[in-house]
Amino acid sequence: MTAKTATTASIQKFIRPEVFPSTMCPGCGHGILMGAILRAVDELGLDVRRMLFVSGIGCAGWIPSPHFAADTLHTTHGRPVAFATGAALFNPDLNVVVIGGDGDIAAIGGNHLIHAARRNLDMTVICANNQIYGMTGGQVTPTTDIGTITATTPQGNEEPPFDLCKLVEGAGASFVARYSVYHIRPLIRTLKEALQHKGFAFVEVLSPCPTQWGRRNQFADPVALLERYKTLCVPKDRAEKMSPEELAGKVVVGRFR
Amino acid sequence: MPEIAINRDWCKGCYICVNVCPRHVLEIDQESFDHGFHPVVVARPEDCTVCRQCELLCPDLAISVSGEEAGGAPAGESHAEPPAPAPRPLPQGWATVPSPLPAGRYFLQGDEACAEGAIAAGCNYYAGYPITPASEIMERICARFAALPGKHVFVQMEDEIASIASCIGAAWAGAKAMTATSGPGISLMLENLGYAIITETPMVIVDVQRAGPSTGQATRPGQGDFMQVRWGAHGDYELIVLSPWSVAEMYTETIRAFNLAERFRVPVILLADEGVGHLRENLTIPPEVRVFNRIGPSDREPPFGGRPVPPMPVFGEGHRLLVTGSTHDEWGYRRTSSAKVQAELTARLCTKITDSLDEIVESETYLCDDDHLDLLLVSFGFTARSALGAARMAREVGYRVGLFRPRTVWPFPAEALRVVAAKSARVLVAEMNRGQMLREVQRVVPDARGFGKTDGEVIAPDEIWDAAKECLR
Repeated sequence: MTAKTATTASIQKFIRPEVFPSTMCPGCGHGILMGAILRAVDELGLDVRRMLFVSGIGCAGWIPSPHFAADTLHTTHGRPVAFATGAALFNPDLNVVVIGGDGDIAAIGGNHLIHAARRNLDMTVICANNQIYGMTGGQVTPTTDIGTITATTPQGNEEPPFDLCKLVEGAGASFVARYSVYHIRPLIRTLKEALQHKGFAFVEVLSPCPTQWGRRNQFADPVALLERYKTLCVPKDRAEKMSPEELAGKVVVGRFR
Repeated sequence: MPEIAINRDWCKGCYICVNVCPRHVLEIDQESFDHGFHPVVVARPEDCTVCRQCELLCPDLAISVSGEEAGGAPAGESHAEPPAPAPRPLPQGWATVPSPLPAGRYFLQGDEACAEGAIAAGCNYYAGYPITPASEIMERICARFAALPGKHVFVQMEDEIASIASCIGAAWAGAKAMTATSGPGISLMLENLGYAIITETPMVIVDVQRAGPSTGQATRPGQGDFMQVRWGAHGDYELIVLSPWSVAEMYTETIRAFNLAERFRVPVILLADEGVGHLRENLTIPPEVRVFNRIGPSDREPPFGGRPVPPMPVFGEGHRLLVTGSTHDEWGYRRTSSAKVQAELTARLCTKITDSLDEIVESETYLCDDDHLDLLLVSFGFTARSALGAARMAREVGYRVGLFRPRTVWPFPAEALRVVAAKSARVLVAEMNRGQMLREVQRVVPDARGFGKTDGEVIAPDEIWDAAKECLR
């Protein structure tokens, strides 16, 4: 198979065109991630009919369901990893991919996440981390940064956030990576590696929410919010040469395991 | 020259494409207004280097760039669609299969018999979490699965929520799945019980009831989950709940639970109790078992409508299934603001059960052959054993006392009860709770009385006989 770049035209076969335009807000990073996942599937030449996309409740739960023309299991809030466990264990030939938001995966579903990582189950978990509950009106999540204004932290968030990559790495995941949707080509490359990884692969994807996060934090413009990742994110190789002071307020991206 | 196509119907005007293009190929057309915003236009296609930044970063899959990529990599082309995955060669409908456990007489605990019944019914996926007094089911399954031929998956999950969730995931991957727990675990499972109901997922949940509420008395019997298993999940629905009263029925009713789950695509609850679960007695395993295997779609049949019980496809066979706990149409598409779809779905989830009561509802009468009864006892589960003993005590001193025992407790066997209660002067309901089944009996016999006990002990026959004497006075 020749290396190729999947195009919007070439991934049309993986979507249900009748449900587009998607329900996502203008400039939503989850839409970019949706495309990135399908491009990774296409570039690997995977048969989507042998893939299962499991999602929970929230904006990110709608990335695969109903947009993907594949088997999709749109579950209860927080439980997609647990549902996926049953399908993955009973039919190991299924390529099981869980897609969820930070509320779904890290708050209500945090216990299932670390146990699936501990078991090193053969699945890929993609956490679309927009640091906000988008669908319910912009409340604080376990990944919201200190100081961020949300519907439930009007004076700024005082609780420190999870570092999800460190969390799942500590829990035993055998593949751990983080990129933002702005880092689109490294992201697609990483998703391809994760989809081929045998064992538990976790990819945290920083995804902008212009509507609920951006409007409260002076980033209502989707373009400015997306380009924020340019200065916010530091590649792992460069971060290793930086002092803790230089890394303060930065997010390290790359493959950690 | 590269061609840049913009899908106006999918674009939402976020303008990410315009700003990320390093060559300023795209522009916002301030002069026109379309779909609620100024559209993006391709102003300078000749400057495009096919870097695809606009295409890759469009959140709406609304931009398509065709042409040779800057790096020289060939543009994407479609992979040839590989042949369709082979459909599963599984038997469908009723079948008679050899018993996995050699035929003969066994001396087993109720929980162990439940595990054997599950295996006999074809259970090949079990997920659970330790809890008294149900753990023996999981332990027996774990040991037996390891020795059985064919695919059998056992997993001890991190909690009861994950247990039922993984069973549902496995069921859609083709498994006959079961989990077993007690009251606290049932409380945790209720949200996903509702999910199994709305997605019409066949599976079996065993509730070996103990004394509650909350942690209560973990090693003591109770029947306080009678209403919770029927009404605990939110929304409107029907489901099937069976009640075994012996070790033998822990085996046979578990088989029936699986068969009903597969037949009606509904979660079935085996409502046992600590008394039956930890009881040890003889049971006879027959050489053959009657099992029902779910019906798969014959062709392009909708998985969530079209028939009262639609055929159930399996993940990984090319059906491109949309399974969701949101209100959905017959193909699984979310219809979260359609009054019609909501009404039709909830109606069918109920009528597929209530229109087939003759296949589902089973009850038994004991000592009820007289034309007229002085007293009819109504009881379920372990308590019904004591009620039968009480009826015999009454008969020894000349009272005509019989017993009505629902084996299907939900849907409640109201019609069968109505027939037998019609010939009885009085009705007394005995149960290890403070009158939960009594309410259901009173819907048929308004003046039925109750004898409920919630001290964490089983009800003895003479206690029911004493209560019966009060009624007969």
